Amino acid sequence: MTNILEVKGLSAYYGPIRALFDIDFTIATGGVTALLGANGAGKTTTLRALCNMIRRTGTSVMAGQDISRKATEDIVRMGVAHVPEGRGTFAGLTVEENLRLAFHTRRDHAAARRDLELVFDYFPRLKERLKQQAGTLSGGEQQMLAISRALMLAPRLMLLDEPSFGLAPLVVQEIFRILRRINEHEKVSMLIVEQNAALALELADHVYLLETGRVVTSGPSSMVQNDETLRKAYLGY
Amino acid sequence: MEFLLQQIASGLTSGAIYACVALGLVMIYVSTDHINFAQGEMAMFATYIAWALIQAGIPYWIAFGLTILIAFTGGLLIQRFILKPLEHAPVLALVVCFIALLSIFNAIAGMLWSYTVKQFPSPFPIGDPTGHGLISYHQIGVVAVTAIMLGVLTIFFRFTTLGLAMRAAAQNPASARLMGVRVSWMLALGWGLAAAIGSVAGMMVAPIVFLDPNMMTGILIYGFAGALVGGIGNPGGAVVGGFVVGVLENLVGTYLIGNELKLTFALIIVVGVLILKPAGLFGRVNVKRV
Ligand SMILES: Nc1ncnc2c1ncn2[C@@H]1O[C@H](COP(=O)(O)OP(=O)(O)OP(=O)(O)O)[C@@H](O)[C@H]1O
Ligand SMILES: [Mg+2]
Repeated sequence: MTNILEVKGLSAYYGPIRALFDIDFTIATGGVTALLGANGAGKTTTLRALCNMIRRTGTSVMAGQDISRKATEDIVRMGVAHVPEGRGTFAGLTVEENLRLAFHTRRDHAAARRDLELVFDYFPRLKERLKQQAGTLSGGEQQMLAISRALMLAPRLMLLDEPSFGLAPLVVQEIFRILRRINEHEKVSMLIVEQNAALALELADHVYLLETGRVVTSGPSSMVQNDETLRKAYLGY
Repeated sequence: MEFLLQQIASGLTSGAIYACVALGLVMIYVSTDHINFAQGEMAMFATYIAWALIQAGIPYWIAFGLTILIAFTGGLLIQRFILKPLEHAPVLALVVCFIALLSIFNAIAGMLWSYTVKQFPSPFPIGDPTGHGLISYHQIGVVAVTAIMLGVLTIFFRFTTLGLAMRAAAQNPASARLMGVRVSWMLALGWGLAAAIGSVAGMMVAPIVFLDPNMMTGILIYGFAGALVGGIGNPGGAVVGGFVVGVLENLVGTYLIGNELKLTFALIIVVGVLILKPAGLFGRVNVKRV
């Protein structure tokens, strides 16, 4: 099995403060990898570092191409779609404009139009709200919009930062079901950060546990699911 | 009554100019949170370029188009080479930079073309269509040119994906990058557009106030007042604000305080809006949900 992403010695900094310490990890092509850990462990930082949104060192190679030093926009254009913490909604734009933004980035407009239909298949609720200002969407709808914006980029790898954050359990389940479908049908590999460890472990095939900016353990999801000591120590359940 | 209408017509003409200046200011403000104090001098400089082109024998409308292009390129280059390196500089450094740009443009214009006042041609016929001095062809032309420009800009921002990308970059730069938008280039485009809009204002006002290196100083203050009245973060509001200030300025100047104090009136608007209604009349309060 090949890897869509290989990360070696990744460190990241906020000003003088170091938040990640030489972490290594890989994401299998077509797979879903979960990145779990307590608050402040460095999960969001890892995703930001991958997209070069903060100062970082170390190497990240995506599908054979070194993306360590590329600008955020270029990493995105190479097929990495980041659904950020807080959802990154363009509050003052309409739902349609939020989605149509991908037409600026992409050259293949015909394919982009097909992807728009695809998004409406996954999230019919957004289609009903096309002209609505995105800032007035509910939290769940904004999360759907954020995932849809990422889908519109026709990504090979999706980075998802706590898609369940602040949402009702039913909505969370719906979103995770859709994420699974996206992974299977669109062949999008995923790196997912979650507080809801049980749910993330169900979706993911592989997991990394992070503590204060370091990887403490990693392995198949089942390994963590079946290891009560590990679960209690790091995931609190 | 006739005199009142005349004042309003002339107010609309100045209003059109203020609207352009206000729009140029807002264009840069929405994407960077900075007020470009050099907006007026950039417009003045562009107008001198137009003057030089016309002196060289180039027909008016071709010179007009060339000037817009040159101003656009100039604005773009200013952002790329002067402001981009200052991306992470403190606000005060930027203020100093804007003021430096202002005096540099003023000084270079004075050096190249001297401080003596020059006539600038109007592309519109002399006289007035009503036959009794209500409104001149130039005044109608100014309003029409502004309206066309605003129409083109509206179409650009609402219906093209590039315009959409610029709006997205202004609203949420981090998120825009994650959609693959080259935010830094969007800022440069914003500077280019602001400079282009300013150049139109300069070329339209020069036949009225005559061309000299200081011709835009007062106009910048009126434009700023207009932008504030409309809500400094709102392009549509800035345009309306520009017209409101133009008409009010004429009426207040004529009927209340006399022409000598008109600029004071603009300053009172600036201070008044900042104190009483900082978001402006049409200040858009973005609905946000967390
Ligand atoms: N903008 C910032 N400036 C300075 N320090 C930061 C910043 N963002 C995060 N940090 C620090 O970096 C460390 C890792 O933070 P990060 O946001 O990556 O945690 P996280 O694992 O995503 O936590 P959570 O589950 O709460 O989202 C924390 O110690 C945090 O205080
Ligand atoms: Mg986080």
